[in-house]
Amino acid sequence: MSAALAVVAAGLHTTVQDRGRFGYQAFGVPVSGALDVESLEIANRLAGNDPDLPAVEILHLGPTLRVEADSVRVAVAAGSAEIEVQGEPPASLGGWRSALLRRGQVFRVHRLGASVCCYLAVEGGFAVEPVLGSASTYVRGGFGGFRGRALAAGDALPLAQTNAAERSELALIPPNETRGDRLIRVVLGPQRDHFTEAAVQALLSAEFLVSKDADRMGLRLEGPRLGHRGGWDIVSDGIATGAIQVPGSGQAILLLADHQTTGGYPKIATVISADLPLVGRRKPGDRIRFAAVEVAEAEKLRREARAALDATIASMAPPRPRGGLDLDRLHETNLISGVVFDQL
Amino acid sequence: MQETSVKFLPCGDTALVVEFGDRIDRGLSDRVLGLDARIRAAGLPGVIESVPTFRSLMVHYDPVRTHAQALMTAIRTLLSGELDAGRSRRLWRVPVCYDGDLAPDLADVAERTGLTTDRVVALHSATRYHVYMIGFLPGFPYMGDLAPELELPRRSDPRTRVPPGSVSIATTMTAVYPVESPGGWHLVGTTPIKLFDPALSPPALLAPGDAVEFERIDRAAFARIQADCERGTYRVQHRDLAA
Repeated sequence: MSAALAVVAAGLHTTVQDRGRFGYQAFGVPVSGALDVESLEIANRLAGNDPDLPAVEILHLGPTLRVEADSVRVAVAAGSAEIEVQGEPPASLGGWRSALLRRGQVFRVHRLGASVCCYLAVEGGFAVEPVLGSASTYVRGGFGGFRGRALAAGDALPLAQTNAAERSELALIPPNETRGDRLIRVVLGPQRDHFTEAAVQALLSAEFLVSKDADRMGLRLEGPRLGHRGGWDIVSDGIATGAIQVPGSGQAILLLADHQTTGGYPKIATVISADLPLVGRRKPGDRIRFAAVEVAEAEKLRREARAALDATIASMAPPRPRGGLDLDRLHETNLISGVVFDQL
Repeated sequence: MQETSVKFLPCGDTALVVEFGDRIDRGLSDRVLGLDARIRAAGLPGVIESVPTFRSLMVHYDPVRTHAQALMTAIRTLLSGELDAGRSRRLWRVPVCYDGDLAPDLADVAERTGLTTDRVVALHSATRYHVYMIGFLPGFPYMGDLAPELELPRRSDPRTRVPPGSVSIATTMTAVYPVESPGGWHLVGTTPIKLFDPALSPPALLAPGDAVEFERIDRAAFARIQADCERGTYRVQHRDLAA
């Protein structure tokens, strides 16, 4: 019998993503991949995986899933997201940790809170065929991930492993949530000279609001009108993830994982790669302020972010009992003997 | 020896653009494609991929493995000497049916250009096009240059659904929609062949720098080729051109 997670309820936009599909942008194929590659990597590491394995990206609202395998080790990372196992009463296992689940158990990922996205990794990964070298789902193109689309109720998402390995669970101290209002650093350009000086000043001083028009392609920002100098259309050129393009309306669009590979609107600035996971977590109604750095500084910040992520991963350890109780043991006990316990 | 002057434009810390000019021009395109071929051949450390466009080349890199300053130095070295298209180009013969509902905007294009529909078709299928770049959609080729008599601005009322295979024109370009998509170009015909298949590598039939000619076919041939494509037995005619 093949191992799977059966989708009981799909959530709002739940897709399989890995670090992205590289090498095909010259053929118009977007990179796709996780909006928040740091949390993807942490979820994979907590599950005991290589960081390149695909995981499930959850946007806004988490799915409810049923384990159809002898056992599976799951891990959730980002924001305040938690795994909750159905039962009387339901048992919350928290987030930023791995947990062992057994056949027939139904769980949901919920309480995403400050981050629009979180990642559910399973030990061994999901058994989806890579397309052009990646398991990432590109929904607009209808390929990658699970049948080229978001998960739907009734799907069975295949697991690569039928059993979880014998080992203790891993957990992290949740990173500080206040990062949600940190300044987002940008490098000005590539088309800075297509904008007025006032537009550049407005970009770097005003507060922008993430509008409802936000998805994996990009975030439409509400804020001051950014004025062009000498027309708003350019001969199409390449687009980097994080580019802030400004069409004729003067309203900025911050381009994310599923953005088109090329485009004909001038780009006033580009979010630095160290801060891309931060913008990937933003949701409609959130506010964003930008600050400019030079390219060399951005490269240094990226190396520091890499080192910080390595340190975070190195700090993984077996979860401490919460409230002085060993949650894992209590949870097991509850399942076996039906002992009722309050949410800890 | 020709001096190649370029501008480097920063795109955050993961890409830079090597800009050869600011217009659509075959000479610029050949230099873009020439540098693209050299960068691919050089295997520069930390370079992830390069994306040619009409007048510039975007180079994506991993800032943990390299940095912009080192990359610009390496690219300047690759720019020395005369830059030409560099790769061997392929000439593709793409069959197109220009009849009836497979050419929904043909009559409108004829009216706006003051030509007969037959003349529009004759002009469109008499040109050997250059694939400047692929973008907008997976496998969407921007091909030029269109016969000047056929130049029109984009439609003022873009369609929300353009069927796959639609052969279209706008400004100085012609293109084929590889998948269903919204679109504002004028639809003058339909090809039965598939231009994009993610199950193949490379996924797009055409590559930047290729040459394309359209061959007029009738409805019977369209149906036959479409059936052959579905069976996987159709091979699009192509041959290599001298570089």
